[in-house]
Amino acid sequence: MNTRQQSKLIYSWYGKPMSSDRKLRTTQYKGIIITSESSRTETCIQLGDFILVEGVNADRPYVAQLLDLYEDGAQHKRAVVQWFCHIGEIPQNKRKLLKREISSQEVFFDQVLGYDTDIDAQTIIKSIMVIPLHPGEELPITLNKEQTFYVKQSWDGKCFKALSPDTFSKLKAKKKKGSTPDSSEPFIPSDILTPLKKETESVVQSATKPKNAESKHSVSKSSLAKERQSQRAVNDIKTPTARKKLELSSPTRSKGRLLGSEVLDLLDDDRDAIAPLESAATKRKVTFTSDILGSPPKIPCSNDKSKSVSDTAEPCQRFSDTIRLSPYPKAKDFSEKAKNLHVEDDIISLVGHQKPGTQSPVLTPRSRRTCAQRTSALIAQHISVLNQEDDLSSSDSSYSSSSEEEEEEEDVPCTPEKKTKSSRIFSTPKSSSKSSVHTPAKTPKKTPLPGTPKTPRNATPEIPRRSHAAQKPASVLEEARLRLHVSAVPESLPCREEEFQDIYNFVESKLIDGTGGCMYISGVPGTGKTATVHEVIRCLQQAAENDELPPFQLVEINGMKLTDPHQAYVQILELLTGQKVTATHAAVLLAKLFNTPGPKRKTTVLIVDELDLLWTRKQNVMYNLFDWPTQKHSKLIILAIANTMDLPERIMMNRVASRLGLTRMAFQPYTYKQLQHIISSRLKDVKAFEEDAIQLVSRKVAALSGDARRCLDICRRATEICEFAEPKRSPEIVGMAHVTEAIDEMFSSPYINAIRNASLHEQIFLKAILAEFRRAGVEEATVQQVYHQHMALCRIEGMQRPTVSEMMAICSRLGASRLLLLEASNKYLHMRVRLNLSQDDVMYALREE
Amino acid sequence: MKSAMSKRKLKDTCGASAECISQVQKILRERFCHRPSATGKLFGIEFQYRHLLELLKRTTLHGESNSALIVGPRGSGKTTLLNHVLKDLREMKQVRGNLLEVHLNGLLQTSDKVALKEITRQLQLENVVGDKVFGSFAETLAFLLEALRKGDRTSSCPVLFVLDEFDLFVHHKNQTLLYNLFDISQSAQTPVTIIGLTCRQDILELLEKRVKSRFSHRQIYLMNSFDFKQYIKIFKEQLSLPAEFPDEPFAQKWNDNIQHLSEDKIVQDVLQNLFHHTKDLRSLYFLLMLAVSAVTVHHPLLTAADLQEASRQHSTDSKANIVHGLSVLEICLIIAMKHLNDVYDGEPFNFQMVYNEFQKFIQRKAHSMYNFEKPVVMKAFEHLLQLELVKPLERPSARAQREYLLMRLLLDNTQIMDALQVYPNCPTDVKQWAASSLSWL
Repeated sequence: MNTRQQSKLIYSWYGKPMSSDRKLRTTQYKGIIITSESSRTETCIQLGDFILVEGVNADRPYVAQLLDLYEDGAQHKRAVVQWFCHIGEIPQNKRKLLKREISSQEVFFDQVLGYDTDIDAQTIIKSIMVIPLHPGEELPITLNKEQTFYVKQSWDGKCFKALSPDTFSKLKAKKKKGSTPDSSEPFIPSDILTPLKKETESVVQSATKPKNAESKHSVSKSSLAKERQSQRAVNDIKTPTARKKLELSSPTRSKGRLLGSEVLDLLDDDRDAIAPLESAATKRKVTFTSDILGSPPKIPCSNDKSKSVSDTAEPCQRFSDTIRLSPYPKAKDFSEKAKNLHVEDDIISLVGHQKPGTQSPVLTPRSRRTCAQRTSALIAQHISVLNQEDDLSSSDSSYSSSSEEEEEEEDVPCTPEKKTKSSRIFSTPKSSSKSSVHTPAKTPKKTPLPGTPKTPRNATPEIPRRSHAAQKPASVLEEARLRLHVSAVPESLPCREEEFQDIYNFVESKLIDGTGGCMYISGVPGTGKTATVHEVIRCLQQAAENDELPPFQLVEINGMKLTDPHQAYVQILELLTGQKVTATHAAVLLAKLFNTPGPKRKTTVLIVDELDLLWTRKQNVMYNLFDWPTQKHSKLIILAIANTMDLPERIMMNRVASRLGLTRMAFQPYTYKQLQHIISSRLKDVKAFEEDAIQLVSRKVAALSGDARRCLDICRRATEICEFAEPKRSPEIVGMAHVTEAIDEMFSSPYINAIRNASLHEQIFLKAILAEFRRAGVEEATVQQVYHQHMALCRIEGMQRPTVSEMMAICSRLGASRLLLLEASNKYLHMRVRLNLSQDDVMYALREE
Repeated sequence: MKSAMSKRKLKDTCGASAECISQVQKILRERFCHRPSATGKLFGIEFQYRHLLELLKRTTLHGESNSALIVGPRGSGKTTLLNHVLKDLREMKQVRGNLLEVHLNGLLQTSDKVALKEITRQLQLENVVGDKVFGSFAETLAFLLEALRKGDRTSSCPVLFVLDEFDLFVHHKNQTLLYNLFDISQSAQTPVTIIGLTCRQDILELLEKRVKSRFSHRQIYLMNSFDFKQYIKIFKEQLSLPAEFPDEPFAQKWNDNIQHLSEDKIVQDVLQNLFHHTKDLRSLYFLLMLAVSAVTVHHPLLTAADLQEASRQHSTDSKANIVHGLSVLEICLIIAMKHLNDVYDGEPFNFQMVYNEFQKFIQRKAHSMYNFEKPVVMKAFEHLLQLELVKPLERPSARAQREYLLMRLLLDNTQIMDALQVYPNCPTDVKQWAASSLSWL
């Protein structure tokens, strides 16, 4: 993904327009050439090829078949595709329908109608291989997991079906068509081989590096090895350009079987093809001239090659169809990035060449760095696994080899595969340190070895289970308490029908239109904002499941649950695609995601709770959030929730507030009737409360705040009080007395009680403060002044007067419970004192006794 | 030989062995020192105890989420109450293994980041992920929220969060931790109960409105709301030896003595005085601790005089104590400052003013006082500064001369006069000078 961003790709048409439509002003083409600017390589994709298309998640591109390529009136390159979907794109609940394990390589022929099949040609990444299988068939053991996909069934959004024979044969034909030119390779006229030769040269030159490395390390090198190497070069000949280009254009390096067919296609169709190829080849030549010097025995090799090509074209091609792994481009890549790694890589690959069975012991001692040692150990393990695979594959191949040489040649297609595997292992630490910022560079992401148990990286922890089952509510009161708990989810949200409908309509209309928009929802705490929004989403999801609405993706963030406003990006991205990246990177990715037309992307509904906490000085988080929905292709609906009605005016800059728009909704505090209704609806048929009691609670809360949470809490507390009330009435029902007690408990000011229960001298001290305030006429006094008053009061009461130390202790005790507000205590007698409650309250509290 | 005889005799008369006394000391000191442990008794908070116990029982048995605050002045037994409840809860059969506890203290977990790490550690969640490296604060929070979100009421083990010094958590940025904890307690996730302990009465006003709305508003107040009779009873119970005391006759004797003491007028006066000052039991225990320290083999039983002495020690004025140890010159300076305070009504003074005042006194009473050099007086003044009997108004700067730095006296007139009363060998002239308010006339 990074490489993709770094190297700019140029898309150009391949060949001349096949046909053009005057009316629509479109011109159709039969192929597209993707040229990477940085690497000066190009690849060609033709109609009918299977391709990867950039998706929401950069790690998981979409699979599709290219059906049509055209240029529309506005000179935009467009492509029409037939989608295939990964298992990951199928809703969780539908996956059960399959009743079998789905390998990551299996895709489904996508017959869901909702997706746009007309995409921007620039989103095409590369071509791959899709092989249709009959339902009963096992997935063949594949050597290249990232390039080959299998399709067994189709998916139409509701159920899975076996592929219809028609589709099957069509897909099969596509596959065949891909490989037919290969068989024709031997018949290539010799003169057409000339451009090939040029390329060969260049490729062989590129192979010199590994050779040099080899000669350095392994002194005894058999001529056989040389020959094999030259043969490898032959294999590479076919598509040096495409391959090189590919591995630079995308991190998953090797390009599928397309390459072979592509080159041959090019060869077939001489005029079009040779011209670009030649130019590419010459270019290459220029770049490699310096290398030529070191490698004189190149030409004979290429001669050799042309012969062997014809001999082994069949098997080679077969393998390269599925595997086609090119170590050289990789090696080149390395040489650009890390020289030492490159050398090691080559050694390994070459050693592997010589003796497939015994590479593992040979390669380990070479690597010096601990990191490399670790990886090489892994490679050894891996290769031993692969050896077995090799055996399997070689036994699978049905052709009989007559000569020893040929047998070895047969190995050749396998060995590159091995090499790439090993090179992949080398590359992973690098790529992981580059792309995923979260993994520390020291622990390289290991390639998943079969059968190695490991804790999954994203394991989410769980609170342990309880050892005894939770008790069921036994009495009416307990049942009522359970229902009155704020967390209990009611079946419906009474008293918010209007708001519900408004939000529902808003989101629904946007969903149907496939556009974006935002809505600002405000209201004091406990008025059901979040609950209503969740209810709306639940209903919408229901509707989407019933196919009444297009499907959408829900993302929810809460400002209070973020440690920093910028973490919002990280969370959104993680919820959308599962990637974990840093905040700045996430912002870039999200902006790209929402600003570029993404094919096959569902509408996203984003709930931003506690919006005010996303405020930053520059307000860039808010700005971005509200800017995305205004983009043409964003398909983003934002529901922003906050407490204050005038938040946009108060804390947002004009440009942010303007993007937020004027779609606003205010949740009014509940009135007592609504609160009453809420309680009754929650209780339903459970007869635990007197009607009057409910009304009292509702009226009290409505008068104070209109917070439904408070209302429910009071009711819950009242049931407890009722339970403990001494004289047990036979039908336990919460009455007025209980409710009143609960309300008093929650709302009574603690100060009065605290003062009444204070010790005598503490009370006198408070009186002294009042007296001093009255004397001075200022609501502030020093301890010394209060102390004098205190002593005077003690004299009046005939009490023993306290020492200054004791008085300071009294003072700090009152200060700790915040009846008084104190200065720092190092001022001792000159510390200033203030009351934390009104003088009247103090007087009231002291007089009563 | 003789001394040994007399010792044995003494022992017989006292009826107490050294082991016995050390036992008494051990039992009583443990009782007074380890207050928050659940071993002691609860006084006057039975109602709060029941409330809290029921609350926690519902959490563990029904998986009901709750939140509550225990509010009360320092030393009112908040932690004791909680520890008692938890101890009794753990002894219940249905509860065992059904409750995870997380204890946080606002003085230790000074930020949400630290608190989250501590929660993860106490819930032993870091073991679950094995090699997962805890990176940022954001990750930890997301990780913990995810963990708690996964549970549900009926199957997950309830978690009890105890937040000691709750008021300090309020000052964390955005009150993120509190919001999230309360939010979990109000949503259908892992059942949690949050118990906050604080001494601030205005705690609810400190909560942010969203946090406040999510808090269930259950407050358990501990007020020390007992009267003097109960106070005497507590005194008696705390000093009594338990029935399982090895030396039974001594225990009997000791307990009788305590009973007798509690009815003694002097003891009652001492206790009444303390009760008037503060009702918290911690100061009572401190007083008793001082008294019990006086118990020895030769003095096996507590007397009223011991308590009186302890009370005297307990209530002495710390600053006045310092004055007792001053030299006559320093006392003179303090008296001079006192006069300046009287004349200028508490306005700050500097050394030069004090020195002048002192000179006036010397001139009048030259026969009785030795006239010190100015540097010597300065030295004495600086000593007072070091003792913090005098405090400069602002930090001393390089520019200002030391003589002219403005100062304030940190002693009250009454303290000075009281200290002079007990000052040994104070010259009469000095005493007179201190007593006369218009000294220069």
